[in-house]
Amino acid sequence: MNILFDERLDGPLPPVDPEATLQRLHDALPGMTLLHSEEDRRPFECDGLSAYRVMPMLVALPETLEQVTTLLRTCHALHVPVVTRGAGTGLSGGALPLEKGVLLVMSRFNRILELDPDARIARVQPGVRNLAISEAAAPHGLYYAPDPSSQIACSIGGNVAENAGGVHCLKYGLTVHNVLALEVITMEGEPMTIGSEALDAPGFDLLALFHGSEGMLGIITEVTVKLLPRPQSAKVIMASFDDLGKAGRAVGDIIAAGIVPGGLEMMDNLAIRAAEDFIHAGYPVEAEAILLCELDGVEADVADDCQRVREVLAQAGATAIILARDDAERARFWAGRKNAFPAVGRLSPDYYCMDGTIPRRELPRVLKGIAELSDESGLRVANVFHAGDGNLHPLILFDANRSGELALAESVGGRILELCVEVGGTITGEHGVGREKINQMCAQFEDAEITVFHAVKAAFDPTGLLNPGKNIPTLARCAEYGAMHVHDNQLPHPELPRF
Amino acid sequence: MDPDAASGPDIGDQDVAAQLCARVAEANGAGTPLRIAGGGTKTFYGRSVDAPALDMTGHRGITHYDPVELVVSVRAGTPLTELERILAASGQQLPFEPPHFGPDATVGGMVSTGLSGPRRPWSGAVRDFVLGTRLISHDGQHLRFGGEVMKNVAGYDLSRLVTGAQGTLGVITEVSLKVLPLPGAAHSLRLQLPLEAAMAKLAKWGRQPVPLTAAAWHDGALYLRLEGGGRSVDANRARLGGETLDADFWRQLREHELPFFDPADPRPLWRLSVPHTASPLALDGDWLLDWAGAQRWLRSEMPASAIREAATRAGGHATCYTPSAAEPFTPLGPVLAKYHRQIKARLDPKGIFNPGRLYRDL
Repeated sequence: MNILFDERLDGPLPPVDPEATLQRLHDALPGMTLLHSEEDRRPFECDGLSAYRVMPMLVALPETLEQVTTLLRTCHALHVPVVTRGAGTGLSGGALPLEKGVLLVMSRFNRILELDPDARIARVQPGVRNLAISEAAAPHGLYYAPDPSSQIACSIGGNVAENAGGVHCLKYGLTVHNVLALEVITMEGEPMTIGSEALDAPGFDLLALFHGSEGMLGIITEVTVKLLPRPQSAKVIMASFDDLGKAGRAVGDIIAAGIVPGGLEMMDNLAIRAAEDFIHAGYPVEAEAILLCELDGVEADVADDCQRVREVLAQAGATAIILARDDAERARFWAGRKNAFPAVGRLSPDYYCMDGTIPRRELPRVLKGIAELSDESGLRVANVFHAGDGNLHPLILFDANRSGELALAESVGGRILELCVEVGGTITGEHGVGREKINQMCAQFEDAEITVFHAVKAAFDPTGLLNPGKNIPTLARCAEYGAMHVHDNQLPHPELPRF
Repeated sequence: MDPDAASGPDIGDQDVAAQLCARVAEANGAGTPLRIAGGGTKTFYGRSVDAPALDMTGHRGITHYDPVELVVSVRAGTPLTELERILAASGQQLPFEPPHFGPDATVGGMVSTGLSGPRRPWSGAVRDFVLGTRLISHDGQHLRFGGEVMKNVAGYDLSRLVTGAQGTLGVITEVSLKVLPLPGAAHSLRLQLPLEAAMAKLAKWGRQPVPLTAAAWHDGALYLRLEGGGRSVDANRARLGGETLDADFWRQLREHELPFFDPADPRPLWRLSVPHTASPLALDGDWLLDWAGAQRWLRSEMPASAIREAATRAGGHATCYTPSAAEPFTPLGPVLAKYHRQIKARLDPKGIFNPGRLYRDL
């Protein structure tokens, strides 16, 4: 598979003259950092989906809103596409540059502008790191709830653009549930306030629309987030299982008992062993699956819920149930989970992280399907699962230096996502479509629905200059992808790479 | 009423999507607007639409409910009371406590108006629980956005865009909602406190692990609801003191049945949505604060412009709840208004869906 921009399938890009663009931007923005040498642009050629690289034509690093506005107006006038990038940790290639486009890097907007502990809000620039918000709020007993695994590095602007999740979403929601307001600048250079510090705003819910819009509708220049009081008590229970299916059923049993855990995570044996080897979290390496169940809130309730969860887990056939003794052990249990991706990365030269979401009841069927795809392809798959909200992260292990393995991994990944759609789920829970899942969008949506997505895009950016080729496939791409898909089913060797 | 929609032996579960799509396609072809109508309980909330009704009440029934998944999918014409009854039977609820404003309220009206009740600051609003929708587009196609899963970032979030859009972007035929367990224990209480002292206490408790799920103030008294596990509710009940309040107070507040909301009061009723920490606004009239101060009801004869200006200065906006207000909603700034018009033009090019319901030119 080649996910790089393809004008035949993704639509023509406007003809761009790199020299003239550089000159015009230099003239319009003499004080702004504008990288144009190959050496300077090199670090920006990919985001977290590092298998794909494109050298951006120019890299702009503005520091003021005026510079962003002028940059956008100039690019709009010149018909030059703009790809926005935050910290570059995205896993779906949402910030993959264009050869004929400007990469707008927002990382210098890294200041916390206001933190009001009584109002429980923080107003921050988009380049502020996710974790930095919670760190700044900590002296007031407050924190910012969404905690994607990359929270040390990922920035809040990117979190909004991807509607990032994390391990506490079932109870505390995604980014969209924790942001009150945005300042954005449109492709035409117009500033707009979306949402407000009140709990609602007049008109359409553009705040929700911008979450997960992957830099296609406007540039986020400021984010006002909600802060929550840190729970009085948080406990983590780790349960081991000798069978994945039993662990999956235990998840439903906890929720059926009327308990909404702060976090509910599941890992399979390969992921457990990788994490234990890397972090020494104290995981049982012989278990087929573990569940990590975090209960948080008012102390008395947490104690009661812990007791009930222990009973439910015992009933569900857990082979061991351990309550973290103290905060240090709790942090260690979580560290294993939060480092599962790099831990799995140590088992294999490369890995490919998927991000499907399914109704939880379909977990046994989907895990079985993944195991079959793994056997068929010969590629190992480790499963890390936000079990509480049905968000599955299969990690496909491969070696890019072996001819055809990347393509094989992508083919297995694509089929896992199609399986998610088949059982009523989605191709992306929290990582976004970007370029990575552009073809699978055709499996999830009908042409008429994709047409509506294009209509929304055109309402904000009729000339299609913001992040072209991401998030929403063209109907031409879907026609081609659909055709190849059918063709593939007729092939005698389904393990062969499709693209 | 659409004759097709009323027929059928079992009105508890009825799928008339095909007829609804045909009506929309026909209206779009002729360029004639439609007024999307549910139970008619929230007709007052918004500008009037002068067009034939597209009756949604025949499209009803729960299409999927699995309590363990914490998700219910339900057709738009389903009575809200029926949905709430079915959820309660499984020990679950719509956490945002939607107002009904009458026995005929439908799920579609709840989503289209996007109104939430007293628990909103702690639980989230309707839009926070919408996971997916089925929509009829302007050309009569039945589309699906989002779904029944908790996390879904494939494509733009059309489901939340149409929530609260008052039917101006498409016809919502079905919605999937996240639901949550009913609280294990609850206690409501009343404390005699002047406004400033009440606000100071709310600010303090907001930073502490107090299991508050409702907080209102009116006429020298602070009304609170605690919900959670039995032990924490009991502990906070002892700590906060006050006199016990009948929990029906919150239903009456939500449904505007408290004496403050007396429809015989000739003064217009305003809703000011402001940051909860905003200082008391210098506007003449009677106040009732909900949402710990983030939603403030005002009975006032003051001109709309003065009320809107005060709300805007406080960082929020003001909506007139008195039926037949000329412009119930706060006008949008020029850039926002432009993008609203462009969204409307792209999704409803002939302007057939509830034209003028939100704003004159939408």
